[in-house]
Amino acid sequence: MIPAAFDYVAPTTLEEALAALGEHGDDAKLLAGGQSLLPVMRMRLNAPEWVIDLGRIESLRGIREEGDELVIGAMTPHAVVGEDPLVAQHARLLTDAEAEVADAQIRHRGTIGGALVHADPAGDLGAPARALDARFVIAGAGGTRTVAADEFFLDLFETAVGEDEILTEIRVPKRTGWRTHYEKFVRVKHQWSIVAVAVAVRLEGDTVAEARVGLTNMGNTPLRARGVEEALTGRPATEESVAAAAARASEGTAPPSDLNGDAAYRSHLAQVLTRRALMTAISGGTA
Amino acid sequence: MTRIKLTVDGMAVSDDVEPRTLLVHYLREQLGKTGTVVGCDTSNCGACTVHLDGQSVKSCNVLAVQADGGEITTIEGLADTVPDRADGQLHPVQEAFRECHGLQCGYCTPGMIMASVDLLNRNPHPTEQEIREGLEGNLCRCTGYHNIVRAVQYAAEGEQP
Ligand SMILES: Cc1cc2nc3c(=O)[nH]c(=O)nc-3n(C[C@H](O)[C@H](O)[C@H](O)COP(=O)(O)OP(=O)(O)OC[C@H]3O[C@@H](n4cnc5c(N)ncnc54)[C@H](O)[C@@H]3O)c2cc1C
Ligand code: FES
Ligand code: FES
Repeated sequence: MIPAAFDYVAPTTLEEALAALGEHGDDAKLLAGGQSLLPVMRMRLNAPEWVIDLGRIESLRGIREEGDELVIGAMTPHAVVGEDPLVAQHARLLTDAEAEVADAQIRHRGTIGGALVHADPAGDLGAPARALDARFVIAGAGGTRTVAADEFFLDLFETAVGEDEILTEIRVPKRTGWRTHYEKFVRVKHQWSIVAVAVAVRLEGDTVAEARVGLTNMGNTPLRARGVEEALTGRPATEESVAAAAARASEGTAPPSDLNGDAAYRSHLAQVLTRRALMTAISGGTA
Repeated sequence: MTRIKLTVDGMAVSDDVEPRTLLVHYLREQLGKTGTVVGCDTSNCGACTVHLDGQSVKSCNVLAVQADGGEITTIEGLADTVPDRADGQLHPVQEAFRECHGLQCGYCTPGMIMASVDLLNRNPHPTEQEIREGLEGNLCRCTGYHNIVRAVQYAAEGEQP
């Protein structure tokens, strides 16, 4: 299937892109890697009159350190984030999750920013972004603003990025030396998560000093499993305390029911996957 | 119409395309490169896989205008990338698919081979597990994947010093 006809612009600077967005407003769609937008346009579920391609704006790509943060350009492809040594060192949970996004071909084209703005509840990057307390830099006609992960995801396919705005950077606080794991449950390897769990823990000796847990596809947005975090913090890093904490994984969630499983099944799955993810992370993580 | 210039299988081309033209349709219908096929409507099957600037991509999920300025290799030009190639000689991965009978109906084969070449470029000596996971974006309805995995192993062994 072929998309409906549209006019195409490929600006080379952020300012030009914002100007084009301002001019064409409601009739325009931003194109990042196209790995979610093009399928939607081919199905004619969306038929923008203008497509503004961000692919030629070099400043939106790349990964750098800035003080206590890693700064990831929104247009950095999944494959680049997944293989980046700085990310592996300071935000290993993102490395783990990127390896589970789609397949090699899609990871070459699709971008971290596109996936986060697309905000599919089954997408694999939202839960790690929340677990790591990432911050989102959003540019608009009036300048830029920064939004915390807890305020970024608003609803199904809806984020804090307005129609006339562009996500430019994802800023991730460094968590060097944390142990991490992304546990994804699917039936077909390259498909979207039925449920997935993102964990990062900091150990002090045999004790869990800090724990962060994100949930994929357990509600309309990626979630934090605060009950699990609370139950595990300060506890010994043993199978027993992990099991007790993981039992709280579905607290406060509202998982969907669909052909892959009903809500009760997903609630059970979240607990099992949380236990597995925490045990894998504690015993050394994915590395 | 938008003017695009790119290199396809070693040949410089320049054409006017509608912005909505998918790369796979540009290759097949405008350039006649029908070696690259379309197997699905959802970007799941990988049959349309080509290399864009040295990376595997699903050409049904890329606009031709996005490939402007880029370099594309399709299954039709793959053998030409072999240095000092003899007339009629196949690419080692093509040869391996033939040797190991890594196909039945052959529909998935162009994409399987392009994805396998990309996999071996990144990881010249993959384990069986790495091959199976590395080809997760390519579906085959016939072979059960067994001989496809063997073909990639065969090609990897051939490249060992
Ligand atoms: C077969 C298949 C399987 C997949 N499996 C998975 C999976 O398992 N897990 C997973 O997480 N993802 C999966 N994906 C989706 C993939 O991760 C996409 O890369 C991602 O969802 C979109 O990124 P993109 O760069 O291609 O964005 P695009 O498709 O170009 O854009 C997506 C949306 O975000 C908007 N947008 C993009 N960038 C910006 C920006 N910087 N500022 C403002 N708005 C922006 C666009 O306007 C559009 O609405 C899959 C996709 C396919 C086709
Ligand atoms: S035709 Fe491109 S992935 Fe199926
Ligand atoms: S050989 Fe028939 S689809 Fe793979």
